[in-house]
Amino acid sequence: MARAQAVFRSVLPFLLGLPILFAIQGITPPDYALILVSVGVNVVLAVSLNVVNGFTGQFSLGHAGFMAVGAYTAAKITTGLVGVDLPFVPQSFSDQAIFALALTAGMGTAAIAGFLVGMPSLRLRGDYLAIVTLGFGEIIRSIIENMKTLGQATGLSGLPPRTNLVWVGVSAIATVVMARRLAVSTQGRALFAIREDEVAAEAMGVDTTGYKVRAFVISAAYAGLAGALISHAILLATPRMFTFVRSIEVVVMVVLGGLGSITGSIVAACTLTIALELLREFQAYRMVVYAILLIALMLLRPQGIFGTREIWDLAIVRRLFRTRQLAATGPAGASPTEVRDDSTKGVV
Amino acid sequence: MSAPLEAKSVTMRFGGLKALADFNLVMQPGELVGLIGPNGAGKTTAFNAITGVYTPSEGEVRVAGELVNAQRPHEICAKGVARTFQNIRLYKQLTALDNVRVACHARATSGFFDALFLTARHRTEESRILARAEEYLKVMGLSHRRDEVSRNLPYGEQRRLEIARALATGPKVLCLDEPAAGMNAAEKVELMQLIRDIRDRFGISILVIEHDMRLVMGVSERLLVLDHGVTIAQGKPEAIRKNPKVIEAYLGDAYLEEKHIAITPEGAR
Repeated sequence: MARAQAVFRSVLPFLLGLPILFAIQGITPPDYALILVSVGVNVVLAVSLNVVNGFTGQFSLGHAGFMAVGAYTAAKITTGLVGVDLPFVPQSFSDQAIFALALTAGMGTAAIAGFLVGMPSLRLRGDYLAIVTLGFGEIIRSIIENMKTLGQATGLSGLPPRTNLVWVGVSAIATVVMARRLAVSTQGRALFAIREDEVAAEAMGVDTTGYKVRAFVISAAYAGLAGALISHAILLATPRMFTFVRSIEVVVMVVLGGLGSITGSIVAACTLTIALELLREFQAYRMVVYAILLIALMLLRPQGIFGTREIWDLAIVRRLFRTRQLAATGPAGASPTEVRDDSTKGVV
Repeated sequence: MSAPLEAKSVTMRFGGLKALADFNLVMQPGELVGLIGPNGAGKTTAFNAITGVYTPSEGEVRVAGELVNAQRPHEICAKGVARTFQNIRLYKQLTALDNVRVACHARATSGFFDALFLTARHRTEESRILARAEEYLKVMGLSHRRDEVSRNLPYGEQRRLEIARALATGPKVLCLDEPAAGMNAAEKVELMQLIRDIRDRFGISILVIEHDMRLVMGVSERLLVLDHGVTIAQGKPEAIRKNPKVIEAYLGDAYLEEKHIAITPEGAR
């Protein structure tokens, strides 16, 4: 019984999210679907990168490389199995099942790539780590560019159109839930400790190398998921989609929202993606806009929009949602009375 | 049973410099040992060699009989040696509670999987950690600061929080690197009393580095004096106080000449 309850609790966000996602899927006109897909994909990317850059304080610039690994793995599977149908089930279900398999495989290979990159490079710190991850991202891209089976510079085209808003939404929820559950767990606090002071974290029993690698692997897996999703939305996987410019885009979102803030990453990912879509005619100035944004941010609010805090920690929001905020910040599963006890302790 | 912590002729070399030479220390269970010496004597080096920040150039460090020379700090911490830092190293942006909760992680058994899927093991672990962390905050008199970001705590409380954090790792030996640095006389006395209380309450051995001679002599049962990396004396506080070598190390030989105290090899004991 307790087991069933635990399972229910762990999948609750998806149960709540699915009907909403199906509704959104139903009412969104096709013209806008791709924008929403890229918003969702960017949320996945930004929140997962935040686990490494924000939670753990390790500056990685190689997120696009892991996207590429996931995208190509998934693309290979869906194009390879394009005529294959599972027996006894409708065609559409069979397609979705194969896509699910492709997404999982994409996450898996990206995680392996993350492990291979993370093991040697996470001994480095700060700028050096940034440079090495940047290099690894580019290496992954140039390997793909030189592999015949992966279509070299032209990439893979004619992927089946499998990505829909439900898949993207579920992935975004999965990423946010992962990040949030990490943030309030002892494992997440170990990551924060590494960010705050690596020497002290190590001295207090945190296996710093091990935890950095784990954070890196998880983050890479979700980047792979994002890559797989976007490639099956635009039906294309080319090396050009995964240059370091893409990595920088994600870094900008994370830094803008605030390193360590999940809601910050979500807000920044949504606004940046939509803003760039509205400013489509100025596409060529994209990097200029990023640069100006970053410079302005560093001058005006170096910690990002939300800093390390979440949206409900901000003073304005607190005042607006006085009662709701208590429930939101309380530990998961705590009864309302316990939470209220908590808040009075702070006052006394 | 072997001693909770043992250093056998530990030597630390940095290039040509011998920062610590032939350092010997056996900590008995429940013992309070003071490690003193002038600036640059090698006290913190000894700490770093014991806790795995450095790997000793020579000699052996044993925790409960097990050789830990080549092990990383977190492994040594898990075996039961915790430390604080001379220049406070708290997790500045985390709350006091979270600082202590991180240290409880050293004894945690749940993994990433448990955290992501909210398993029963994860939930019991979290509530156990919370209870423990609050207890340590209470012991160190910091309960009222529970949810405050540690950077904002007053200096003395930051020092106490560091001790709470070290205690939360569940050590058998606690190494305190100048816990009273920067405190005024009254605070120092209070702290030393607290250190004694911790020892009695948790039954652990404590190794403390302290500059204030009078203070450290009042609190510790045994003293070890370092100068230029060499152990120049060890024994009971009263004996150390009279030891000419120690007086020379601290006050210079001019002082001894003035007082007509002869420095002889026997005098060192």
